[in-house]
Amino acid sequence: MENKLIDHILHLADTTLILAQRNAEWCGHGPILEQDIAITNISLDLLGQSRNFYQYAAILIGGDTDEDKLAYLRKEREFKNLLLVEQPNGDWGQTILRQYFFSQYQYLLFEKLQNSKDEQLAAISAKALKEIKYHLRWSSEWVVRLGDGTGESRSRMLKAIDELWRYTGEMFVPAAYETAVDIISLKNEWEQKVKTIFEESSLPLPENVFMQTGGKQGVHTEHLGYILAELQYVQRAYPNSTW
Amino acid sequence: MSVQDLEKIFQDAIDSEIKIEPKNWMPDAYRKTNIRQISQHAHSEIVGMLPEGNWISRAPSLKRKAILIAKVQDEAGHGLYLYSAAETLGTSRDEMINDLHSGKAKYSSIFNYPTLTWADMGAVGWLVDGAAILNQVMLCRTSYGPYARAMVRICKEESFHQRQGFESLLVLSQGTEEQKAMCQDAINRWWWPSLMMFGPKDSESTNSDQSMKWKIKRKTNDELRQQFVDMIAEQIKLLGMQLPDDKLKWNEQRKHNDFGEINWAEFWAVVKGNGPCNKQRLEARRKAHEEGKWVREAAMAYADKKANQKKQEAA
Repeated sequence: MENKLIDHILHLADTTLILAQRNAEWCGHGPILEQDIAITNISLDLLGQSRNFYQYAAILIGGDTDEDKLAYLRKEREFKNLLLVEQPNGDWGQTILRQYFFSQYQYLLFEKLQNSKDEQLAAISAKALKEIKYHLRWSSEWVVRLGDGTGESRSRMLKAIDELWRYTGEMFVPAAYETAVDIISLKNEWEQKVKTIFEESSLPLPENVFMQTGGKQGVHTEHLGYILAELQYVQRAYPNSTW
Repeated sequence: MSVQDLEKIFQDAIDSEIKIEPKNWMPDAYRKTNIRQISQHAHSEIVGMLPEGNWISRAPSLKRKAILIAKVQDEAGHGLYLYSAAETLGTSRDEMINDLHSGKAKYSSIFNYPTLTWADMGAVGWLVDGAAILNQVMLCRTSYGPYARAMVRICKEESFHQRQGFESLLVLSQGTEEQKAMCQDAINRWWWPSLMMFGPKDSESTNSDQSMKWKIKRKTNDELRQQFVDMIAEQIKLLGMQLPDDKLKWNEQRKHNDFGEINWAEFWAVVKGNGPCNKQRLEARRKAHEEGKWVREAAMAYADKKANQKKQEAA
């Protein structure tokens, strides 16, 4: 039971950390200064969430582990993040769509998690939910704006859907450790919400797409290795140092 | 009223420490100098995001990563207030950004140096932000109202950045031998460029006299530089590190530190575009702007569509 909880917390921590890392790549390179600030802000929120989860996992694991050991010294096959969040930023449309798919999922998931029997998990989720509401509003507004903007923005969104849709199915396939919430039950509502936003954006909902899975079990796309190589570089180059 | 009368009213206001506001009459040259200086300052904030943004993905702990992201984001915010302050003088953000990208407008040369190791994040915070603050504290009392008010807000955040930079170097200075060496190396590389941030010597500065009279500036380049040297010479003792200047020495008579000669040839080379990263920095800004074009166009098209729908609904 305890191990399941730890794995579940690590899955939540890894997912938010990797998306924070990806979004932060935009910092200084955004299409408009205000939006550069917005995406960086979301990155910072997600990083904060991941730290809360890692710190809690460290308490559960005990011994001398801490948030940094968990984030910096675990390897590719130990990371349990969703495949969706490790996908490259691509253009602004792809980043927006990745954020929207995730925030829509995270919102529904955390609504449940905030009522979890585990008090700490419930508290972290309730706190994060306030941030997620904003991420969801921001990203869904951008999906509509780009889907219904110009011919070019629409075709870029179609390409983004083609890139990312195949990574959305994994969210609703429960891993053995995801016992705190009935993940499958979120699928229908997520699809309904996405359908509404896509209709508003005049974007088509894909059908019969084969879904990729594996992230929750540590079987990732090739992108994760590079993300970790960069993220963990200093800690690994100078082991046992304080920063 | 004659121009002479207007100029007298204007200079009287400045001499009595009354702020100049956007709707007040002002000499063209005052307007131009402020536009040049404020936009240059805004560009420095934006280009300044790049050397520090360079280390976000590699920050060595989650806490340091969060601090660094927040810091770079603060700089974007500073850029935003400053562009808005400059807009009150009748220019637009688009014009200013075009001038940056065409090379017509300058930004602080310090950002044309590379950030090579993690210790550079500390050194940039401590030395570069430290130098910037001395200039900015003075600018909180600058004569143009919107600029002075933007600076008050910016100064609060900048002094926090400087402390964070110093604290991160302090951790390195108490760490392993490798960390100490990394810390000293970063100080060695950032010290002289930081001194150059105050600009040419007073004897060679072209904009200084008029700016002092108009109270855009209140201290000369050399005064601020001396203040900086004195401050850092004290602070470095806490780190147990050395400044790379064997002429640095307390002068009891002057009650200031003497210090060595800046390499002015290097200063002018970087100003003229030949620093280690001038090319990459401008290219990164241009690339972000060009690749964002379709996003800005889509946002405009969508806003227009919505506005038309509203009009039709109202009709």
